[in-house]
Amino acid sequence: MNEHLLSMHDLSAADVTRILDTAESFREVGTRVIKKVPALRGRTVVNFFLENSTRTRISFELAAKRLSADVINFSAGGSSVAKGESLKDTALTLQAMGADAIVIRHSSSGSPLQLTRWVDAHVLNAGDGTHEHPTQGLLDLYTMREKLGRLEGLRVGIVGDVLHSRVARSLSFGLVKMGAEVTLVGPPTLIPPDASAWGVQVSYDIEGVLPKLDVCYVLRVQRERQRLEYFPSVREYARLFGITRDRVALMPEGGLIMHPGPMNRGVEIDSDVADLPRSVIEEQVTNGIAVRMALLFLLLGGAKGEAA
Amino acid sequence: MSARFVFEGGRVLDPAAGVDDVRDVAVAGGLIAGPEAAEGAERIDARGLVIAPGLVDLHTHLREPGDEHKETVATGTRAAAVGGYTAVAAMANTQPVADNAAVIQAVRELAAAAGLCEVYPVGAITKGLQGEQLAEMGEMVEAGVRVFSDDGHPVPTARLLRNALLYVKAFGDDVVLAEHAEDPSLVEGGHMHEGALSSALGLAGRPAEAEEIVVARDLVLARATGGRIHLCHLSSARSVELVRRARSEGIRVTAEVTPHHLTFTDEDLSTYDTDLKMDPPLRSAEDRDALRAGLADGTIDAVATDHAPHAIEEKEAEFDRAPPGTIGLETALGVILTELVHPGFLPLSRALDALSTAPARILGAGDHGGPIEAGRPANLTVFDPDQGWVVEAPFASKARNSAFLGRRLRGRVTHTVFQGALVVADGKPTR
Repeated sequence: MNEHLLSMHDLSAADVTRILDTAESFREVGTRVIKKVPALRGRTVVNFFLENSTRTRISFELAAKRLSADVINFSAGGSSVAKGESLKDTALTLQAMGADAIVIRHSSSGSPLQLTRWVDAHVLNAGDGTHEHPTQGLLDLYTMREKLGRLEGLRVGIVGDVLHSRVARSLSFGLVKMGAEVTLVGPPTLIPPDASAWGVQVSYDIEGVLPKLDVCYVLRVQRERQRLEYFPSVREYARLFGITRDRVALMPEGGLIMHPGPMNRGVEIDSDVADLPRSVIEEQVTNGIAVRMALLFLLLGGAKGEAA
Repeated sequence: MSARFVFEGGRVLDPAAGVDDVRDVAVAGGLIAGPEAAEGAERIDARGLVIAPGLVDLHTHLREPGDEHKETVATGTRAAAVGGYTAVAAMANTQPVADNAAVIQAVRELAAAAGLCEVYPVGAITKGLQGEQLAEMGEMVEAGVRVFSDDGHPVPTARLLRNALLYVKAFGDDVVLAEHAEDPSLVEGGHMHEGALSSALGLAGRPAEAEEIVVARDLVLARATGGRIHLCHLSSARSVELVRRARSEGIRVTAEVTPHHLTFTDEDLSTYDTDLKMDPPLRSAEDRDALRAGLADGTIDAVATDHAPHAIEEKEAEFDRAPPGTIGLETALGVILTELVHPGFLPLSRALDALSTAPARILGAGDHGGPIEAGRPANLTVFDPDQGWVVEAPFASKARNSAFLGRRLRGRVTHTVFQGALVVADGKPTR
């Protein structure tokens, strides 16, 4: 494994398997009364969140704390960043304070990679612009493997605003790497140009795709995209691509519904679908902590420079 | 300007006169002199060197007035001289905007004070570059402006561009409107060429059709009005095809291409290197190859640098927040030699035509671009076509945002003669 986690492309299939296996062993820690192991005692993890996020930050914070690391949360509001300090200068400050790992969330694609040019700490991408969100992708792979027993050959549809989704990118790259078959589904305006270059299929017909899916992965659709002319109305989006109870019935028995959250109930997913037993949305959240523990452990567990 | 010197034994390559042979070139009293002037003059061994007309850049951002933290007229013209340029066209997007004769005159005076390179200020087409109201172009023509541009953006509406093309007919036949061809509605929020890589990198795209739409519109209006359009920094294969067809139909259009669009592709952006962020963006390999072919067959007249200096901290930012552009004056000749001439894509004489003679003609820079004949103003570039070097900071430019940092080039300017004076000797500025 590389010393940073910036993109799914940083990982080999064997790396992914090792991360998921490691996460499985950490999953048990979360079920204990004392949810803590001493693996990263004395190490410092900085959550460097320059874009609003609650669930990912809390998930990383819990993961680091369950590994006994010291955790600092640094967010944009009220910080030096709000006063106009550059990303580089802020990063150098965190470095000077002895951060061993920097978990960065940023609205600019590529900023985690830029960060690695300026700091020695391990950098973990917690979502950069519309680029990638690899820890989310990995927790999704973990959840699919746990529920369905495998990744190779799985048929996964990723439905919705793929164009603006870092989750869709990381998940697509990860699934293709692990031998799954991915179909991107959505209005043509929300499918990235030349997305077929990722090794995925593209469809504009949700009802044609659903009968062939082991997993229907539903993306959040932001209402502001309507204003920006990507589709005429939320109503029409829901009518053409929304995941309704009737549509779920088209899926094979045992097929999963997943969503990275936060959900827009009634837009991309109906409330009664989100609450079906085959929806594993809350389990995704739980698994996220274990996967992030695994990543912090594998990246920080050894001294820097040694194979983790 | 009483300097008297003679380059001995250089290869004189003069596209304007169709000359390519080895001979001495003497300079005296600011002019190219006959052989008689060589006697007693300083002798400069030019064996193995090429002597060409001074290079002319149609597209330079000198940033002064207003953005002196990026570049000044003094540092920008120093960079020009080091790169072999004797004349540059300075774009109008300064603060205040060069949309009136006072700013034009101020820039010209700053250039004269530096004495390194002639500066031809480009006037804005619209007031404040706002795209709403025509600037007072008549006054600027009287102040010597010949090229107008709202560079950074195209003239936004067909109606306004049509009126601009018609209006400048009052000032003769040779006023040129230079267009930055990118439809704003298609590039808003975009940061790189739209394609498989922009999709994978999560960067919103600036599609090639944004350029092609404006190129097509401008060609239609140039035909309808009989006006002259110059297309800045072409980047797409279809744009080249549109220009090729328009020229065959007799439409009055000229075009330029930058060294970086001739060299790089969008694939080079995979590391989010902000020095490679450009408007228009670096495109596909097919686009780059079509640009090379268009330059070779003359569809594209000129190589222009779009020298765009920025401060270190401005470029050292998140990719979507960094300003677009690369500096280019000091590397243009080396890049064209390395990427196009030495590999055999472009004859050296055509390269020098595109770097000097053709842009001098478009700009109306009569003292530049050759021919290298006795009695002509002595504006010359002398270079070693084989000298290897690595592009490194610091530059003569105040900025260091070069897309070519770290690249090994073959071919470097040794001497620049401006108005009869050696302003660069042995690769270094003398003033």
